[in-house]
Amino acid sequence: MERKDSKHLTVPVWLRPVLFLLVLLAAWQIAVLRHPHQLLPGPVKTADGIADLLQHGLLFKYVVASLFRVTWGFFLAVIVAVPLGLVIGWYRRAEMAFNPILQILRPISPLAWIPIAILWFGVGDLAAVFLIFVGCFLPLLLTVINALRSVPEVYINAGRNFGLGPIQLMRRILYPAIVPRLMTGLRITLGVAWLVVVAAEMIAVNSGLGFLIVDARNAGNRYDLVVAGMVMIGVVGLLLDTGVRSLEKSGALRWAYAEER
Amino acid sequence: MSTKTAMETPTTMTASARTKLRTDSVGMIFDRDGKSLSVLENINLEVSEGEFLCLLGPSGCGKSTLLSAIAGFLTPTSGEITIDGEAVRGPDPRRIFVFQERGVFPWLTVEGNIGFGLGKLPRKERAQRVSHYIQMVGLEGFEKSYPHELSGGMKQRVEVARALAVNPDVLFLDEPFGALDSITRLIMRGELLRIWQAERKTILFVTHDIDEAVQLADRVVVMSARPGHIQQIVPIDIAHPRDISSPRYLQLRDGILNQIGLAHKL
Repeated sequence: MERKDSKHLTVPVWLRPVLFLLVLLAAWQIAVLRHPHQLLPGPVKTADGIADLLQHGLLFKYVVASLFRVTWGFFLAVIVAVPLGLVIGWYRRAEMAFNPILQILRPISPLAWIPIAILWFGVGDLAAVFLIFVGCFLPLLLTVINALRSVPEVYINAGRNFGLGPIQLMRRILYPAIVPRLMTGLRITLGVAWLVVVAAEMIAVNSGLGFLIVDARNAGNRYDLVVAGMVMIGVVGLLLDTGVRSLEKSGALRWAYAEER
Repeated sequence: MSTKTAMETPTTMTASARTKLRTDSVGMIFDRDGKSLSVLENINLEVSEGEFLCLLGPSGCGKSTLLSAIAGFLTPTSGEITIDGEAVRGPDPRRIFVFQERGVFPWLTVEGNIGFGLGKLPRKERAQRVSHYIQMVGLEGFEKSYPHELSGGMKQRVEVARALAVNPDVLFLDEPFGALDSITRLIMRGELLRIWQAERKTILFVTHDIDEAVQLADRVVVMSARPGHIQQIVPIDIAHPRDISSPRYLQLRDGILNQIGLAHKL
């Protein structure tokens, strides 16, 4: 609470970042006005661009197209990587067998797979989904394997004591025990997916926010649309991250974050 | 202070008590950095049904290792462990191991933890059992709480209740009250005795606390280290509730202190 007798100009905490953002936008606008021959648009032109996209119904369409690919690529990666990671992490021999391959594949950027994606799936949604899958799969798999290593042995022993077989043990002990780390992994991976989709759309498809950026430049240097696209990518990415974060703080996961207090 | 002799009859070791568990010259050798280390040597024990047995010794004497082996988590290098005449081949829901409160699953509520081993029961019966044991350990009102919202003593109760809920014949407790403050520890000892007298389980209890052992056990197995072996088995022939300032109590406690090689003067 601010004291009433304070002589300082007091700004509510939530307003401060907004004000700072407005200052930056103003600076941007001023800089653009002083260099009228620049192709780079100012915030006003960018806003016009977004309005333009809205009017033509393209904004919604492209955002949905990008989200569609991310959703599929991401969820396919989750449903394959999580069970596989549980199995590999649980059976130490499997881990020893898989580890060299994983370590070699890991440093390869998902973008390096673009030619192969097009070779296998042609230009289209499937190629983009595949690239996102590739980008999400390995980080998730490694997250699960590493998280398993940190599961206290007490939990595993307690589970075995109550007569759980391997599958029950995974479902009732190992999986819940790694959920906190898995959630962090999911959040980071979703961020990666969003990065990859933009790159994939620049090459492998003809819709989506990535496509919008390339297309706007190619079709007559519409840099207002380029920046509009960039802004939308940032906004949607932020919303995705906020969504997963709020999931992390939800009731069923309260326990995981309680210990850190 | 003289105790009534009629009350002093030991609670176990009667001739009719059935042997529940035995270890036959059990030995355990660990490989550490290429060197083999003998942790347990020639352990011969016989535990009667319904008996409360304490394994007592300094840290490193192999008492926890012995308990883990009896519970089936470790396989002895030599010798054999039998329970009800059957060789132990692994952990078994008929015999539950209670860890320090660390064994409570943090992702489940109190209810979820206590009902953990009851998956096969119909829902209604399961709920009944859970609420019965919640009452027994005095956790009414905390059914929906998560472990992180509970104190150490309450978590320990959850673990004991989770173990009791599956109605095991044997409970293994590995320094279960070690992490609790001294007041809570005393309360928990009292509750464990109450539960033991009500449910008549066979209990194997590991501790390094001499008083704890003498307060709780029918017999105290004194172990010593390098390699871990049984030094002596001391029957505690005092009826419950035990007067911990009675001459007999002090005599038994001092006897064990001497046995371990500690003078009882600091």
